[in-house]
Amino acid sequence: MSKETREIVIPSQLLGDIKDKKAGRGTFIEKGKIYAEVLGVLNINPEYINVVPLKGRYDPIQNDFVIGIIIEAMSSSWLVDINAAYPALLHVNEVPWDVDFGETEKYLNMGDTVMAKVLSVDQEKKLQITLKDRNLYKVKGGLIIDAEPSKVPRIIGKKASMISLIKKYTNSRIFVGQNGRIWIDGEPNRVKKVIDIINMIEQESLSYGLTNKIEDLLKKYTKDVH
Amino acid sequence: MKTDIKLLENGKRLDGRKYDELRPIKIEAGVLHRAEGSCYLEWGGNKVLAAVYGPREAVPRHTQNPLRAIVNARYNMAAFSVDDRKRPGPDRRSREISKVISEALENVIILENFPRASIDVNIEVIDAEAGTRCAGLTAAAVALVDAGIPMRDIPVSCAAGKIDGQVVIDLGKNEDNYGQADLPVAISPRTGEILLMQMDGHLTMDEFNQALDLAIKGCHIISDLQKKAIMEKYQKITEVK
Repeated sequence: MSKETREIVIPSQLLGDIKDKKAGRGTFIEKGKIYAEVLGVLNINPEYINVVPLKGRYDPIQNDFVIGIIIEAMSSSWLVDINAAYPALLHVNEVPWDVDFGETEKYLNMGDTVMAKVLSVDQEKKLQITLKDRNLYKVKGGLIIDAEPSKVPRIIGKKASMISLIKKYTNSRIFVGQNGRIWIDGEPNRVKKVIDIINMIEQESLSYGLTNKIEDLLKKYTKDVH
Repeated sequence: MKTDIKLLENGKRLDGRKYDELRPIKIEAGVLHRAEGSCYLEWGGNKVLAAVYGPREAVPRHTQNPLRAIVNARYNMAAFSVDDRKRPGPDRRSREISKVISEALENVIILENFPRASIDVNIEVIDAEAGTRCAGLTAAAVALVDAGIPMRDIPVSCAAGKIDGQVVIDLGKNEDNYGQADLPVAISPRTGEILLMQMDGHLTMDEFNQALDLAIKGCHIISDLQKKAIMEKYQKITEVK
C-alpha cells in the first residue's frame, strides 16, 4: 500500500493512457485515454487504474451475501429488495422449506428480512437469490442498519479482520451484507457500541491504520464495562 | 418588442455587468438527505434545487428499455418562483424543458450499465430570474455526480443573447424580456460537444457564431465551479485523520 494521500476523482477526469496501464473498474476509455466515470477514490496498482466509488447503488455480483427485505409474496416466488437497482426474485425451490403452491405467505411475508446469497445476475440484470447455503435464514430479532455499499469492504476489513475484531470485543452477532445492510444482535448497549463503531469506520474509511485505531477504541470500551 | 428601457449604457448593462460577465454563481452539492444525490444552485436571482433518485426499475414497465436505462428529468417551477403567481403543475413550457434536459443528460450518463432502469432527476425552481433551464441542467449535473452515477462527462449550460444590438452572455430578467434574442447552450466540456441548443428571437449568422462562442466560454467557467463544488464536499472526507 502506498503512503501518499488518497486522491478524489470526479467523472471525466483524465487518469492516464492505455499504453501505460489497463483501465480497471470505474473508468472508461476514449481515444486511447483513460477517464474516471464515477466520483470516487483513485487506486493505481502496477497493472490497472481503478476508481473505487464513494457513493452509488449496490451492484450485485454472483455469490455475494446480502440482506434482503421481502416486498411481495407471489404464488411460487417472492420479490426481495436487496438495495440494488432492481428487485431480486426468490423462487420456492431456493428456500429450505417445502412450500405448497400459493402458500408462500405462510413462510415469508411482506416486510420479513432474509439473509441470502445472490444466485445469478443475467445480462438484463435480472437478479435471483437463494437461501440454500450455510447460515442463510430468515432474520428473527436484532437490528438492521444501512451503510454505504462501497464502504462494506472496509467494514469487513482484510480477511475479515475488522469485523471479527468488533465481534470479539462487543460479544455480539453481526452479519454484514455486501449490499450495505448490516444485522446486529446482542445486548442493547453493546449493539449501540457496534453502531457507533460502524459509523466511525464509514466516516473515516479513507484513513490509514484504521483497524488498529478501532482496536484501541474497543479495548478501552471493554475496560469501561468490566 | 418596443420598450423605453435602455438595456446598455456606456458599455455597462442594467445590473452593471460587462457584456461578457456572468451573474454570481453559488453551487452546493449533497444538500438533501433522502435523495441519492442532490445540488442547490444560486445563479444571480435564480434558486434551483436538483435531486437524483435511482437507478431503479422503471415504471410503468412499457417505458423500460432492455438494453439501457432511461432518464426522467422533471423540471418544475414553484408557484411562488415568479412575480405573478404561476399556476402549479406541468405546462407546455415545463414539459418542453424537461424533455430537452432529459435528452441532454442521456448523452453523458453511461446508460448501458443499468438496463431496464430509470434515473429520475427532479429539478425544482424555487426562485426564477431568467435562464432557469441552464441553471436547472447545471444543478442536475452536479446532483448526478453526487449520486455516484457513472458519467462520461459533467454537462454544463450557459446562455448568450442579444440586447440593444450587442451580443452578451447570460441574460438577466429584463434583458430576456426586452432583449432581441436568447440562446441557451449546454455542452460536454471535455469534448466540446453540444448537448442542448435552443434559440429565441433573431440573430444574424455572424451574431449567432459570436453568441455561441460566448456561451461556450461561459460554460467552461461554470464547469470549473461545478467541479469545485463537488470537490469541496468530498475533499473533507479524505482530510479526516
